[in-house]
Amino acid sequence: MNEYLWLIPALPLLGFVLNGLVAPRFGKGFVKVVGPGVVGLSFALSIAAFCEMLQAPGQSITQHAFTWLESGGLYVPIAFVVDRLSGLYILIVTGVGFLIHIYSVGYMGDDDEYAFWRFFAYLNLFLFFMLLLVLGSSFLLLFVGWEGVGLCSYLLIGYYFDKDSAATAAKKAFVVNRIGDFGFIVATLLIFMNFGTLEFAEVNARAPGVLAAGGGLVTAITLLLFLGATGKSAQIPLYVWLPDAMEGPTPVSALIHAATMVTAGLYLVARMSGLFVLAPTTMAVVAIIGAATAFFAATIGMAQYDIKRVLAYSTVSQLGYMFMAMGVGAFMAGIFHVMTHAFFKALLFLGSGSVIHAMHHEQDMRRMGGLLKHMPITGYTYIIGALAIGGVPLFTAGFFSKDEILWQSFASPAGHPLLWAVGAVTALMTAFYMFRTVALTFFGESRVDKHTAEHLHESPWTMTLPLSVLAVLSIVGGWIGIPHVLGHGVGIGNALEHYFEGFFAKVPAEVAHHEASTELLLMGLTSVLALGCMYGAYVLFSRNLARAEALKKALSPLQKLLEKKYFIDELYEWVVIKPVYYTSKLLLWRLVDVRIIDGMVNGVGNGVRHVGGALRIIHNGVIENYAVGIAVGAALIFYFLVY
Amino acid sequence: MSPGFTQTDFLSIMPEMLIFGMGLVVLLFDLFGQGRSTRNLAYLTLLTLGAAGYLDVMLLGQFLPGFGGSVIADDFSIAFELVFLVVCALTVLISIRYLEDRGLNHGEYYALLLFATGGMMVMASGRDLLMIFIGLEILSISSYILCGFLQQDRRSNESALKYFLLGAFATGFLLYGIMLIYGATGSIALQDIRAALADPATFQNPYIWMGLGMLLVGWSFKIALVPFHMWTPDVYEGAPTAVTAFLSTGPKAACFAALVRILFEALAATRAEWQQVFWVLAALTMTVGNVLALHQDNIKRMLAYSSISHAGYILVALVAGGEEALAGVIFYALAYTLMNTGAFAVLILSSAGDRERVNFSDYAGFGYLEPALGAAMFVFMLSLAGIPLTAGFAGKFQIFKAVVGQGYIWLAVIGVLNSVVSIYYYLRISVVMYMQPATGDSISTRPPGSVPLYVAIVGSLAGVLYLGIFPGGWLEMSLHSVSRIITGG
Repeated sequence: MNEYLWLIPALPLLGFVLNGLVAPRFGKGFVKVVGPGVVGLSFALSIAAFCEMLQAPGQSITQHAFTWLESGGLYVPIAFVVDRLSGLYILIVTGVGFLIHIYSVGYMGDDDEYAFWRFFAYLNLFLFFMLLLVLGSSFLLLFVGWEGVGLCSYLLIGYYFDKDSAATAAKKAFVVNRIGDFGFIVATLLIFMNFGTLEFAEVNARAPGVLAAGGGLVTAITLLLFLGATGKSAQIPLYVWLPDAMEGPTPVSALIHAATMVTAGLYLVARMSGLFVLAPTTMAVVAIIGAATAFFAATIGMAQYDIKRVLAYSTVSQLGYMFMAMGVGAFMAGIFHVMTHAFFKALLFLGSGSVIHAMHHEQDMRRMGGLLKHMPITGYTYIIGALAIGGVPLFTAGFFSKDEILWQSFASPAGHPLLWAVGAVTALMTAFYMFRTVALTFFGESRVDKHTAEHLHESPWTMTLPLSVLAVLSIVGGWIGIPHVLGHGVGIGNALEHYFEGFFAKVPAEVAHHEASTELLLMGLTSVLALGCMYGAYVLFSRNLARAEALKKALSPLQKLLEKKYFIDELYEWVVIKPVYYTSKLLLWRLVDVRIIDGMVNGVGNGVRHVGGALRIIHNGVIENYAVGIAVGAALIFYFLVY
Repeated sequence: MSPGFTQTDFLSIMPEMLIFGMGLVVLLFDLFGQGRSTRNLAYLTLLTLGAAGYLDVMLLGQFLPGFGGSVIADDFSIAFELVFLVVCALTVLISIRYLEDRGLNHGEYYALLLFATGGMMVMASGRDLLMIFIGLEILSISSYILCGFLQQDRRSNESALKYFLLGAFATGFLLYGIMLIYGATGSIALQDIRAALADPATFQNPYIWMGLGMLLVGWSFKIALVPFHMWTPDVYEGAPTAVTAFLSTGPKAACFAALVRILFEALAATRAEWQQVFWVLAALTMTVGNVLALHQDNIKRMLAYSSISHAGYILVALVAGGEEALAGVIFYALAYTLMNTGAFAVLILSSAGDRERVNFSDYAGFGYLEPALGAAMFVFMLSLAGIPLTAGFAGKFQIFKAVVGQGYIWLAVIGVLNSVVSIYYYLRISVVMYMQPATGDSISTRPPGSVPLYVAIVGSLAGVLYLGIFPGGWLEMSLHSVSRIITGG
């Protein structure tokens, strides 16, 4: 009984069609019901599919929907697979997606009707493509979803398209992603050439036989796939689009640019674990890029004033964390963090959205402060999110998943103490900058301007309800992955490890033995330091802003460098964009295009026009001419028949 | 031919008899129901088509030669007959409003459509040259009148007259060709001609070659292959829009059905020769049709011209021959019917009421004024351009795949290049619909009576998407129905 799988992506598609085509006739109320409604149904079906998958032999259920193409060596079935990886993903995507849809009803409520139905149509369409990406059984379907979510991301970043910065950001996201897509496409072609199929299951299973472990081919394929992943999941060097993507409405940032789409790259790597473990070089690259991105983005996050930008860099940094985990072969730890991160980062974004909503679209934390008493639900849920991402030990979700990654980066056969060190420092910085946002926004003296202060209010229930649900998940969500070293003593197993038992390919190496005491020591060390950083940030930015200013002055050059994001955008501008722009303008456009190609095209065009003119002369409506045409044609036919 | 007819004889032409009989009934009703709405006649026509479709489906899988082998009910004829019934049904649906808007509530319109459809069905099921010719003439004469149906309109009259004159000219060629073939082989039955050609003496008889040439000229005119296409612009433009939709889909499909039967069942021995002719004609037809469509500002004219190049794509399949390619002919006939008529239906609906919309510029901002209609038009255009997930893509893919498989790489290249060119003018309407600010209003006045048009649009849209996403079923049936044609059994 799995013929309903297709409905999981189809329902949001139906929502898109209804919202996009019919909604203008029925108005806002219709959209408010249909938009979140279809996603809710999809979520319910996802739960059903998940439960069924757990019972099924091999923990995998497939619906072969139909065969789209069958031609020679090309056989393209359209099939949906729910296994342990995609099962978890659809729960995250539809569950968090459902909450964010509800939230959007409140957040976007003030927009005019035309904008409102457009927003929900795009959001539904996004979920359709995201679910297609996750449920597809082959690279081809994944690619359709992959490009589709990119398109929706573009449309939603540029949602306020009359704002220049939004339009530019949308374009940037699209162009940067195309670079990654190039890698993805080439990798797909290489896989098809070598395997003759694009089905994941078959590629993973046959990979050890078809590709030599550590060989150039498998390294090339996996590196190209990883290039695709760096585009979608915003890793060095292609991360630059994500911070700018914050131009989109905040629910979009929460759904697409924190919880779901940006984890598509991780999904791809995890899905292809069978290929990646064959390429130790790629794995090392993944781990190093991940660690570097985590560190680098965290440093930038410390010096930003726009609350959404801090969260954006935090997202880049956390995604780096997940890649680091996958690079050392700890795919499970990476997926674990994808899940917990989806909860607390969606919570943080939605919380910031609630603040921004109340502040009439003010995003600069220097003009906030003391908001806790005005919006308690938003404030406390946001603090829970910050505690979770900061990794407050023993009860927040972020602690368990982050600790798992740190421990794996240290203890895994492919790990390295240096990776652990970078990860640990990043964790401390994360704790610091998150509490900087907490303190600047919710505590201390109010720096809100008078006019706005009069209208400060808690958000409507459609917004606070999702916040509360996500806050609960940000705490309990981690309890499914309690490490043995903690859980064993009190008799709690690691449910997640049991769940993913034997699912991911393993790095072929001897497992080094580590003392439990080492794990406890490292865990304790990072936890205590993280708590210290949180408290320090809280004290510094809530009560001692003057001292914070002094500190900023003392660190002036470094602070400037961080605030300006290492001038990476400027560097890209000068090294990549300007040269490309001028090459295309002067060489390709002025010379090649205008002179050579246009010359040719115009020549052909003129030629065609002349022919067209000649044809028009013949097509002059005089019937005798037409008869002559027939005679000429007849002559032509006889000519061919005779010769 | 034995004087007594058997039950099988009548069984084999049951759908045709029903269509012709009901055509007469419609005429009678019209005569005695003067002054009443013709809408009921339209519904009666639809009912008839449905019943004929039911009979056709009942006959599926049969092999029933009737009347001494001059007609046959086999899967090939039934597949095409189903296409014709769809063509006719869609035409009726899009005609109702169109005729009412112009005060042309004449019931004989529907009778003529039924006769034309019956003619097409005879063409698909005829198994000797004269039977096919009779079918063609029934179709043609009905079409001439339909073209001139706007009696007060000069262009409509011109259209009918030109179609008639040139059609008569081409008919001459056709009949002359039939005569020559008969002279050389001593038979008009397709099977007997095939048998006669096995004899080398007959095969080298120059009458065969002259006859073949004449037949090719005649059919090329009827299908409007370049350079026999010159009548199309005048005829299509002048004819009532609904009739143009009909002419550009149904009769062409019927001619292809007859052509496939004649060429593959009777004249298979001469294949090497006509293959060469068709290669050239296909390349010419695709290209010239596209070039002509490229510069049109009037969407009706653009669709009419581009129907020339679509006939070219189908001709490509005839060049390739083989089961896969001929299945492509049937597949494409239905796909083209759905997407082309769908587009015409949108044109007619948005031109209903007080505001005529036939030029590209009339559709500025249409996608926002009428989101649902705009989206439907967009899908029809994608399909006509051959973009994946639509019927148009599945059809072209089937044909070009078969052509490449048979080694006609260059013809496939020309075909694909032409498809690329066609994207320009098909998507131009999408650009206008979505990227230009609206100048007009939405279809504000929705007088009652547009429902049949909506049914036509929704039906075509569903068909286009269904064939694009699940091409398997119809393709299977197409493949199955041509297998006997190829083997000549």
